[in-house]
Amino acid sequence: MSKLALNLKSLQKAGEKSDHKFEIRDYLRLDLFPHFLCPGCGHGIALRALLWAIHDLDIELDQLAVVSGIGCSGRLSAYIDANTFHTTHGRPIAFATGLKLARPDLHVVVITGDGDCLAIGGNHLIHAARRNLDITCIMLNNEVYGMTGGQVSPTTSLDRYTTTTPLGNQEPGFDACALAKGAGATFVGREVTLQTTALKNLMQEGLSHDGFSFIEVISDCTEIYGRKNELGSSPEMVLSQKRSILPKFDGTAVDKPFRAGNWDTGVLVREDRPEYYKAYRKHCHKVLGTAAVKK
Amino acid sequence: MSQMPQRQSLQGNQACALGAIAAGCRLFAGYPITPSSEVAERMSKELPRVEGVFVQMEDEIASMAAVLGSSMGGVKSMTATSGPGFSLKQEHIGYAALAEVPCVIINVMRGGPSTGMPTRPAQGDVMQARWGTHGDHPIIVVTPSSVQEIYQLTIRAFNLSETYRVPVIVLYDEAIGHLVDTVELPDPDSIEIQDRKWASGPAEGYLPYAADEDGVPPMPRPGDGYRTHTTGLTHLETGFPTQVPADVSRVIGRLLDKIERNRDAIEQYELTNCDDAEILVVAFGITARSSERAVNLARESGIKVGLMRPLTLWPFPERKMKELAGQVRHVLVPEMNAGQLILEIERLCPDSVTVSGINRFDGLPIDPGEVLDKIKEISK
Ligand SMILES: Cc1ncc(C[n+]2csc(CCOP(=O)(O)OP(=O)(O)O)c2C)c(N)n1
Ligand code: SF4
Ligand SMILES: [Mg+2]
Repeated sequence: MSKLALNLKSLQKAGEKSDHKFEIRDYLRLDLFPHFLCPGCGHGIALRALLWAIHDLDIELDQLAVVSGIGCSGRLSAYIDANTFHTTHGRPIAFATGLKLARPDLHVVVITGDGDCLAIGGNHLIHAARRNLDITCIMLNNEVYGMTGGQVSPTTSLDRYTTTTPLGNQEPGFDACALAKGAGATFVGREVTLQTTALKNLMQEGLSHDGFSFIEVISDCTEIYGRKNELGSSPEMVLSQKRSILPKFDGTAVDKPFRAGNWDTGVLVREDRPEYYKAYRKHCHKVLGTAAVKK
Repeated sequence: MSQMPQRQSLQGNQACALGAIAAGCRLFAGYPITPSSEVAERMSKELPRVEGVFVQMEDEIASMAAVLGSSMGGVKSMTATSGPGFSLKQEHIGYAALAEVPCVIINVMRGGPSTGMPTRPAQGDVMQARWGTHGDHPIIVVTPSSVQEIYQLTIRAFNLSETYRVPVIVLYDEAIGHLVDTVELPDPDSIEIQDRKWASGPAEGYLPYAADEDGVPPMPRPGDGYRTHTTGLTHLETGFPTQVPADVSRVIGRLLDKIERNRDAIEQYELTNCDDAEILVVAFGITARSSERAVNLARESGIKVGLMRPLTLWPFPERKMKELAGQVRHVLVPEMNAGQLILEIERLCPDSVTVSGINRFDGLPIDPGEVLDKIKEISK
């Protein structure tokens, strides 16, 4: 299937709606508002898409656990009216692994950033992908350490300015989806915040997948990265996303595209492989005999 | 069905695993490291038999994180490690202390610093066990001296952790961890097991960090409808972050006070020949075994010497120590490090009492002869 067709397919899924309308307020802890994100920050769009996907899947908030790391991305969990865990920098996947193994009945979603997931937490990402425990990991890639004031990250594009690359970044970045795929993730997808419906649909598919699903969201740090690199206003930054993705649009909203690469979007990997917890339990019962196991 | 106590020949680390299972531990996450690996190996065998989960994580940081994730899900959980791994776990031990997540950490001490001497015993983590993670924090450290006691104190570690919602460290050295001895495993029904208090009552207006009389808040279980927020940021009774100075002093103050106000229930020690003692030996772990022998031998030659063996290293049995310090004229602290526990003893002794140590950090246990010689020298 061509990439374009894949993308259209995910757009069509938008038609499959749950019978009650999505109201984001039903999913938020409104007493914590105003929220902490800068105006125009892409992370807010990602949060909306996630809650919308949760709505469309009719996931009960009581049964939802959101585990986040440290970063602007990590702060999102606090706004979700579910069981939320704001953990440590780089480790939300490891926390989520323990939580899901102890409570396979919960839907466990990880929210992480590019620094959180690929730098300090890279080891946990690849091992989670290998194990294939049923967790959905949503990585918000804004190419920068937003929270700590705009330092270089493992996804910063070449020549971009950050507070620790004052002369322009010369380190090559990770392709996070390729990394997750290489490590054995059974569901991998990428989407831009510009295409919120497609993003929501992708998240819905990731959440429904039985195994480790990894979703990279191309998000914008408008206030720090955007300003530092003169990428325009936040609407301009979001619009420029379409020049960095495949299939390409003709948009010429701003001179400099935010992303240097030509990113594939949509579902990139979908595979069937035994889910880790179920496989572990089944195997133990098989070897020991179900009767021998005492609860 | 009630059973008779069973006698089994067990290695210290295996006794630890069986104690954990008896205490209700149903998830172990760890990373292999000498001299603790037998704990993990035994857990990997036992847990599938009780519908629990064993997982070997990618490193010690992940192991500790998985233990916390599991405990926050409501399952009693544990990890086991040694020096280098214990260092890696520290950030998450702090998270457990602040977010009040019950968990048990087994630290089987080997020679340090750094990779040190993986197969040699040491007692060099006395201070790290107390202060390894940053910031002021509550923590409990128990320290067994025998294989039997590893079994019992592992159970107690879970009970304390559940009762006070603090991380509890079981600290012992390689010599005891690898010692094989006959252990009496009690009838499971006779073992006292404590479970954490679970939140109950209406979800509306529920405050996850509002403490009861004992200073400990009941814990919300995911799925029970409370939908709370857990964070490593300093947080209010609501669970959400604060930096307001008055609020911070209140909430951190309560955390620290949780241990202080319950000291009597937490502290444990054992006294041998202390009634008329003029010289007091304070020792724990393998060193307490040598010291006990030395004290008995010294008594045979008429020296009035006694032994205090703390079973809780932190909080240190402070009141008892002060009381004994008022009675003796000399305190001797043998330990397999360059002098860590002695700092606490010196703090608790009046100027009239002389405090001295026997220190070894060469990977060899301190033998009874060494302690006896020192006792004799002091008694002159
Ligand atoms: C162990 C540790 N090291 C460093 C930090 C400081 N820190 C906080 S957030 C962060 C980077 C966050 O970047 P990213 O994950 O990309 O999230 P963003 O803010 O961009 O959403 C760092 C380095 C920390 N909190 N803990
Ligand atoms: S600093 Fe950047 S990533 Fe963080 S909230 Fe502001 S715009 Fe978003
Ligand atoms: Mg980032």
